[in-house]
Amino acid sequence: MARTGILIETENNEIKDTSLGVLTAAAGQEIYALVLDADPAAVKDKLAEYGADKIIGLKIGSGSPDLAAHALSAAIKEYDLTAMLGTASAEGKDLFARLASLMDQPLVSDCVAVNLDDKIVKKSHFSGKIIANLKVNGPLFLCTIRPNVIEPVAAPASGEILEFIPGVEDPGLVKILEIKKGEGGKIDLTEAPVIVTGGRAIKAAENYKMLEDCASKIGAAVGASRAAVDAGYAPHTMQVGQTGKTVSPKLYIACGVSGAVQHFAGMKTSKVIVAINEDKDAPIFTKCDYGIVGDIFEVVPALTEKL
Amino acid sequence: MKICVCLKHVPDTAASIKLAGDAGFEDSEIKFVSNPYDEYGVEEAVSLVEKEGGEVVIVTVGKAAAVTTIRGAMAMGAHRAILVKIDDQFLDSSLTAQALKAAMEQDGLPDMIFTGKGSVDTESFQTQYRLAQSLGMPVVNEVNALSLDNGKVVVEKEAGGGDKQVMEMSLPCVVGATKGLNEPRYPKFPDIMKAKKKKIQEIDLADLGVDGAAGSVVIEKLETVPERSGAKMLQGSVDDQVTELVKILKEDEKVL
Repeated sequence: MARTGILIETENNEIKDTSLGVLTAAAGQEIYALVLDADPAAVKDKLAEYGADKIIGLKIGSGSPDLAAHALSAAIKEYDLTAMLGTASAEGKDLFARLASLMDQPLVSDCVAVNLDDKIVKKSHFSGKIIANLKVNGPLFLCTIRPNVIEPVAAPASGEILEFIPGVEDPGLVKILEIKKGEGGKIDLTEAPVIVTGGRAIKAAENYKMLEDCASKIGAAVGASRAAVDAGYAPHTMQVGQTGKTVSPKLYIACGVSGAVQHFAGMKTSKVIVAINEDKDAPIFTKCDYGIVGDIFEVVPALTEKL
Repeated sequence: MKICVCLKHVPDTAASIKLAGDAGFEDSEIKFVSNPYDEYGVEEAVSLVEKEGGEVVIVTVGKAAAVTTIRGAMAMGAHRAILVKIDDQFLDSSLTAQALKAAMEQDGLPDMIFTGKGSVDTESFQTQYRLAQSLGMPVVNEVNALSLDNGKVVVEKEAGGGDKQVMEMSLPCVVGATKGLNEPRYPKFPDIMKAKKKKIQEIDLADLGVDGAAGSVVIEKLETVPERSGAKMLQGSVDDQVTELVKILKEDEKVL
């Protein structure tokens, strides 16, 4: 049994579902939940319900990403953790890469399965075409887990809060000057359990409203294909695929997306793929699970109605 | 200023990967290209040097065939290159960073280092961080905007949930590039011809004192992911189709 740290991500003092999945990935181990910048007491019950034996709060505040890595490293040493898992979110991937570099320990990013006892993980190579089984050798096992691949399962544990002061300083290499807030309230694409994507057939930026109406009914995020981004219908932050985001939701609904190889490279590990396209010969229909041949401006509103 | 760009030679995303043995793949018949994210790094380095003066040095850890990818970056304007030769496509991130560091130290450390945000073959997303740590340099990854003024580099990156972070680093530093940073140029014919005459220095990994067999992340087995096929096409009126789809997603697939 490995004494395993789990980096818990929160939003407005609520634990993200993706972090609960990471707790489940470590089921059977002695679990130390490390909570960044949230009140441990506020999330204690939920963490205990999903298997946290110990809970540690790490206050970073507005420090640089290096400071967070130093604080995690201090906690790993203090509690003799032999493994540390997190979410392969934008923040998690960055933080774990800094942590692994700082401690000079191996790291595997974006795993789809993890075996802590044998130190073997599975992850995508070549944009989802290949799954690599990797053996990780080293005293500390670090990995981030792709969001939504592990369904959270409750496994009650004691959830004892430990007081810990990292006592580390920001190395001062990277200074955060400003955080420009996005529109807010938007679900992060890489972590969304359901994604509705609009391709070139969306025809205009304002037509994304139709997809947002559909998405908001099912707690989905809205994405865009490269063609739609290049045409100026959507910002690059919404792009799914190579040179955009890699996503792996439970349900991916592609609306008016032709299905280029580069698009599949970013979403082919989705559990269920639905395609709606007017062109019955669109490549997307050869690699999806369910298809509807039709005009997205008729099908999507009808679908929204039924959801 | 001297800028190094780490460039990886990777299979084209459209290539179909045929496995060979437990941990390898057939690479002789598929097309290889520059890792797409690295091209944003090449473009940024070349345009900075066009403004500030200096040189752009490509540093690649790869098989001998990577020369074709290096020539492409030279056609975009890089001045010379160092190829650290390895026998396998796969070298773990830690060893790759050690090889890049050793090659750069031998050549003289640069003022700035660009990499892509990650490579599309092994998708490890960490070599740039390890390189920066070993050189004591700051690093920011997934950079989509950059300005350089008086030795200070201000970069912008996307944070989660649509937020953007603006960060500042001093030179020398490491920047992981992604889409948005610039639009990589298409080399013109004379540039392609000129690139053929530019110097590529080849070094064996072992000559840099790096043991290629000492990796701590080892591939035990590669498995092909079966492609989806035979999609269920829904039939009937639009109303029938969406009604059936919702029923399937709720009751059979249980994803809603």
